[in-house]
Amino acid sequence: MDELLMRPALDAAVRAGAEYADIRRVGRVTESIGVRQGAVRSISSSSEQGFGVRVLAGGAWGFAASSRLDPDEVQRVARQAVGIARASAQVMDRKVTLAPVEPVTDTYRTPVRVDPFAVKMEDKVSMLLEADRLVSAQRKPWRVATRLIGEAYLNWSRENKRFLSTEGADIQQELVECGGGVAATAGTLREIQRRSYPNAHRGHYATAGWEFVESLRLADAAPRIGREALALLGARRCPSGRTALILDSTQMALQIHESCGHPIELDRVFGSEASFAGTSFLTPDKRGAFRYGSEAVNITADATMPGGLGTFGYDDEGVPAQRTEIIREGVFLNYLTSRDTAPLVGDEASSGAARATGPDRIPIVRMTNVNLEPGDWTLDAMIRDTQDGILMETNLSWSIDDRRLNFQFAAEAGWEIKDGSLGAMLKNPNYTGITPEFWGACDAVGDKSEWRLWGTPNCGKGQPSQVAHVGHGASPARFRDVRVGVGR
Amino acid sequence: MIGREGATAILRKAIDFSDAEQTQAVLIGGESALTRLAENVIHQNVAESDARLTVKAVFGRKIGTASGNDLSDEGVRRTAARACEIARINREDRRFVSLPAPTGDAYPQVRCFSERTAAFGAAKRAAAAGIFAAEARSAGFRAAGSLGVQAGEIAIANSLGVLAYSPHTRVEASTVVMSGAGAGYAGDSAVDVDDISFAEMARTAVQKCRDSLNAAALPPGDYEVVLEPEAVGAMLLFAIRVGFHHVLYRQGGSYLSRKLGRRVLGDNVTIWDDGTDPRGLPMPFDFEGTPKRKLMLFENGVFRNMVYDSYTAGEAGAKTTGHSIPYADFGAMPMNVFVQPGGASIQDMIKSTERGILVTRFHYTNLVRPGKVVITGMTRDGTFLIEGGKVKGPVMNMRFTQSVLEALRCVEMVGSEPRRLGMANVPAMKIGKFSFTGATEY
Ligand SMILES: [Zn+2]
Repeated sequence: MDELLMRPALDAAVRAGAEYADIRRVGRVTESIGVRQGAVRSISSSSEQGFGVRVLAGGAWGFAASSRLDPDEVQRVARQAVGIARASAQVMDRKVTLAPVEPVTDTYRTPVRVDPFAVKMEDKVSMLLEADRLVSAQRKPWRVATRLIGEAYLNWSRENKRFLSTEGADIQQELVECGGGVAATAGTLREIQRRSYPNAHRGHYATAGWEFVESLRLADAAPRIGREALALLGARRCPSGRTALILDSTQMALQIHESCGHPIELDRVFGSEASFAGTSFLTPDKRGAFRYGSEAVNITADATMPGGLGTFGYDDEGVPAQRTEIIREGVFLNYLTSRDTAPLVGDEASSGAARATGPDRIPIVRMTNVNLEPGDWTLDAMIRDTQDGILMETNLSWSIDDRRLNFQFAAEAGWEIKDGSLGAMLKNPNYTGITPEFWGACDAVGDKSEWRLWGTPNCGKGQPSQVAHVGHGASPARFRDVRVGVGR
Repeated sequence: MIGREGATAILRKAIDFSDAEQTQAVLIGGESALTRLAENVIHQNVAESDARLTVKAVFGRKIGTASGNDLSDEGVRRTAARACEIARINREDRRFVSLPAPTGDAYPQVRCFSERTAAFGAAKRAAAAGIFAAEARSAGFRAAGSLGVQAGEIAIANSLGVLAYSPHTRVEASTVVMSGAGAGYAGDSAVDVDDISFAEMARTAVQKCRDSLNAAALPPGDYEVVLEPEAVGAMLLFAIRVGFHHVLYRQGGSYLSRKLGRRVLGDNVTIWDDGTDPRGLPMPFDFEGTPKRKLMLFENGVFRNMVYDSYTAGEAGAKTTGHSIPYADFGAMPMNVFVQPGGASIQDMIKSTERGILVTRFHYTNLVRPGKVVITGMTRDGTFLIEGGKVKGPVMNMRFTQSVLEALRCVEMVGSEPRRLGMANVPAMKIGKFSFTGATEY
């Protein structure tokens, strides 16, 4: 099939006048189960096929995609892409330059022990119903109107894609993802409280086989999150003021995502998202000198780390997966880049971060696995070392300004820390800060034993919208003098 | 575009291939294209052609859903078979009653397709983007923006006899004009591209950018605010999403739970849903093929009607109101929201304000607590201090943390000129008290 479609598309694009063309053919199956209150809410299966042709003609970009895999359609789409590039060239100030890449013929597969599609649907449903049951089996307190509702989710997918370019690349990849989570919602007539495991927003995801889902042990954690959701109803509200703040590794993943991952996307720096998601405070003049955080802060972007949602063999421009230092001992060093943005800051090569969420979308600069490197603290030692502070766990909501400076994040649960020990539970915890001040106040980072590579399956960017799957490795960390309890 | 006959044939095939007791087939497809602008040049320019079939199969009370975009006979057969297979494996859903039967009502005649929009190709989009760029460049500013054009079709059939087809077009345009420290925004959306003036949008955004140069810092705190329609729309979206969220509503966690017939918003706030109104983004039917009609949501602040699709209606013992949306596991939602305009212009609102803030729009708003619909977000692309009934000057962007309910209970003036914001048609509002909780440096 590919022989009839892919090379002919590149030939058609070149005949129509393209200087450069690539084509991605993608097939993907995604399945999911959602369970709530003892009942299966949905089981669905979605399959997708299609191809996208991207061209440079007259120095400008054009892209067209279709889901009809037939030879005539491929010719039409290739010509359409060139026509679009010619239209782009009408509103252009300089030709696009692509950073060079060695064209390779290669294959990459997510290492998988147990194929998620080979596990029986019945077994998956039973696993979720059991986790859900264990959440709501927790004894409700005295209050008559108290509700406790369990929810559990599983998602799994397989994507096969092939990339060909006029430069001679031919890359086939198979990416397998799976994951899930369990959540408890406790409510009275006046409020709702929520706890999630292993992470908020439908759980934890990885490029891996079913062995990953089994390792999550959703049912084992279900009773605890049920109890904690109920306990939050009776907890004190998070106080307002300034204090030391310890974030668990899931909330750290969100903190990294919003305040580091997005501002280091080089396309944002050059305004490509200005009318939509915004720009970045990390302008090119800051590179190599700007103090982004304290010396405890080391951040890398690593697409080669096994298991991450940002792990692959090659990005969607055929650039190999890489590990890039982003922040070293607090100093900002590098961006996430693509072939057309890297030259804008004088980089010789792309950092391999151009990713598309499907055949019908262009690759744009995306996070891979953007990780906070482990420090040398255990969480216990961090707490023991804190006189007065708050521990916050599991993200609930997030908001950050369009240059990624002023953020306000809320967590599901908090605990006060007094004289080196954890005290009472706190409800509705949130905190706010300005990115470099906040990271500048980081004085402790958890060690390897506390470090986990989290999967974030809901990163929105681009128009038309692309919801990417990215990874964040993190351990708990402590920040001095943070403003908490905003807008009570 | 596949067209009415082709689409109907695919749906019939899907229903034939299914051996379920009830089957629904939905086909959503079309062509869409989008041109993006950054730094006064087109940097992204894309087009796609796709059509996706979703089959819902029901055995007794067991439901399965599958979708795919391979519309060959084999592809359609596979999608239908997977839906049936999942339904058989699934557990009984005791809340399920039935897929909807035809209502007997004719579908309303709705103007939701424009030939001019369907023919608005890459060269025309580039010319429109060029208008944004030229206006900004001549002012010494930089324009970003996007221009999305869609010509799509929706076809729906079920084994109980529902059969619906409608083509539609949409244009969505926005531009943000920037200088060193200032920024200005303009946006519009319509069925017919001729209803949008790109030149006027460009002038508005450039003027806003000019006005927002040399912004001063303002301390956070409670202020009166004049919210332009985009900012009102962002708030309203949360009031709708939380209030009408089916699960929250049933569980008592929505501010509308058990409040039917009671006042929940200010008495000068009237909001309805109308999928047939051409000033929105109209559709003659919902995603189960139930005809659209006008439905009052809040009348003078009183909660009048909950919205339902067939599933949530069955669960609640109600009738579907035609508000099925194309996402599983979410319930029904108002998708064509209209806020009753008032008599005030934005100028009138400014004149009546002793000290307050004029907000062009919000950025990255998110729900903090659902109870009173507390949201947080930033202002962007034009924030101004009002003093003594006049715009005194631009201020740096501010973070707010505010209950949407409390804001909609102290609306002092409602604008006379609603703006089209895609899913909603919304006027400006002056609000008595609005809580800003932080600031930024630009
Ligand atoms: Zn994101």
